[in-house]
Amino acid sequence: MLEIKNLHAELEEDSEVKILRGLDLSIKAGTVHAIMGPNGSGKSTLSYVLSGRGGYKVTAGSATLDGVDLLAMEPEERAAAGLFLAFQYPVEIPGVGNMTFLRTAVNAQRKARGQAEMSAAEFLKAVRVKAKELQIDAEMLKRPVNVGFSGGEKKRNEILQMAMLEPKMCILDETDSGLDVDAMKLVADGVNALRDAGRSFLVITHYQRLLDHIVPDVVHIMSNGRMIRTGGAELALEVERNGYADLKAEVA
Amino acid sequence: MAVASARQTDTAARLATLAAPDAGTWLRGARAQALERVKTLGLPGRRDEYWKFTDPRDLAAPIAPRAALFDPGDEAPAFDAIDRVNLVFRDGVFDAGASDDPALAGVEIEMLSRAGQADIHWARDVFGVLESQGQAPVPRPFAALNSAFAAEGVLIRVTGRAAKPVALEYIHSSEASDAMLHHCVKLESGAELTLLESGPLAARGNIVLEVDVADGARFHHIRAQGRDPECRVATHVFARIGAQALFKSFTLSANGALTRNEVVVDLQGADASAHVAGAAVGDGAFHHDDTVFITHTAPRCESRQVFKKVLKNGARGVFQGKILVRQGAQKTDGYQISQALMLDDDSQFLAKPELEIYADDVQCSHGSTTGAIDETALFYLRSRGVPLRQAQALMVLSFLAQALEEIADPVIAADIQARLEGWLDRHST
Repeated sequence: MLEIKNLHAELEEDSEVKILRGLDLSIKAGTVHAIMGPNGSGKSTLSYVLSGRGGYKVTAGSATLDGVDLLAMEPEERAAAGLFLAFQYPVEIPGVGNMTFLRTAVNAQRKARGQAEMSAAEFLKAVRVKAKELQIDAEMLKRPVNVGFSGGEKKRNEILQMAMLEPKMCILDETDSGLDVDAMKLVADGVNALRDAGRSFLVITHYQRLLDHIVPDVVHIMSNGRMIRTGGAELALEVERNGYADLKAEVA
Repeated sequence: MAVASARQTDTAARLATLAAPDAGTWLRGARAQALERVKTLGLPGRRDEYWKFTDPRDLAAPIAPRAALFDPGDEAPAFDAIDRVNLVFRDGVFDAGASDDPALAGVEIEMLSRAGQADIHWARDVFGVLESQGQAPVPRPFAALNSAFAAEGVLIRVTGRAAKPVALEYIHSSEASDAMLHHCVKLESGAELTLLESGPLAARGNIVLEVDVADGARFHHIRAQGRDPECRVATHVFARIGAQALFKSFTLSANGALTRNEVVVDLQGADASAHVAGAAVGDGAFHHDDTVFITHTAPRCESRQVFKKVLKNGARGVFQGKILVRQGAQKTDGYQISQALMLDDDSQFLAKPELEIYADDVQCSHGSTTGAIDETALFYLRSRGVPLRQAQALMVLSFLAQALEEIADPVIAADIQARLEGWLDRHST
């Protein structure tokens, strides 16, 4: 599904700041990978470089989604190819209704893939079912995108977008940040409901607790722009017990 | 003195091209007084502080600069789908044949050109009166010129709740047209009216609207100033607002070589509201100036000014907005925001927000910003699969939303929104 080889990236405006330093990652269809790592290890940058956010320059390496070169595409083309990033800080867009936004996104992707656009009625029906599962009420759908949403509402709204867009590769960037246990469980349930043989996940998190709810197949520890350890779900528990210092020391 | 005499010469040259319209006694008197005001004030020049950001030369010139006629293509005329009493003016001349029968329950409509003969007593307290009161502390000579010479316009008295809007549709049909219209609206206690205006008046236009909103009355004003790229216009709205009354005015401007929209509001009765808003979108040779002066005379009134401009390819936006709170206007709630969204580095936004407060228990805020489309939000939309152009259009609509929210009627708001979407579609690069 997702193949990353020897990826190097730096800040566009300051080539001295090298963030990704030879990162390798291979994610098979239907699997859930987690990336853990200390602050500044480059986890969020990886998600931005993959989804095409400006401000970073890839200096070496490759990233492909089902064999297609992600790095050569515009952000919207990557989305249409099946990549989705759930933001750590979902953006507020005043004046644009959540529903309008969702429908615009869904239909833009369908159009890009050569599929027929969804009618307003079809869309409404589909969104209602999925919103209900995430306990998103009609009022939240009517409001402007993320405006006045609580932290938990914003994250549930991200999962709703994911559910509607049906991507094959989902990246969750610190989706647990700012959530209490109940909200985290709700978000995790939403993600688990989307687990599928044709869909993969990359869950970026600081803490092990999210991984109690979204149980990963593979856990990677990232430090200084590379993966320094890869293991099973038990690796997350090891980090929880001992912190990152031991692991970093091991590598050094 | 050289400046003053140059101004007098310019003013005299302009006046020499104009003839006093025929009128009955009361109107003749009002016009003569207005002419005296023009002579005393003189037409403005670039050195006037109030015209620092907008060059009034083309508005003051004896002969109007020409403006090519414009074909809006397949875009329907503004407010076309709205059930309304439509009155059509072609280069400022009333076209009765193209207009609806001005019969509407609770609303009396008379043409200014006939008002001299038909002695319309209520208009005597409005015509030239609100304009004259609005000449201090800042002179507005083009409005006085209009009172003195505008031969046509509509006089509307509203005694009940009008069942549908009255619409004034302006059609620019000659390249050299130079027109003035003067409208007066009087809303009696508890009355309600929506007034629509659409289109550019002429190659050069001058429009004055005087509105007297009595206690408890509600007045909604929505303008779509048309897309003609070469037209020039100066408009003035003068409003006097009674107790617990509501005044709302929204203007959409999409391209125009020169537009100066002045709104002068006096909140004279307690617990009244005045909301003035505008969305202006300009591409290229576009100069748009919103000049607003809101006076809080009575206590516990609320006022809002919400002006948004979207500029590209050298377009220029101006905002001069003032809130004046008089001594007796305690518990005033005044709000003002003016913002420009720059779609490139070539455009310019000049803002002069002002507060002048003589009461000690008031709440007033103002803000002005200039910026580009937020890159993070743009990326957010694109990461969901929305193509760049469409994402930019959504961000522009998001920016304008706060101004559009000032339109109370959802059908009219949708019409304005559709026009903005059309503009974005045509002007996206």
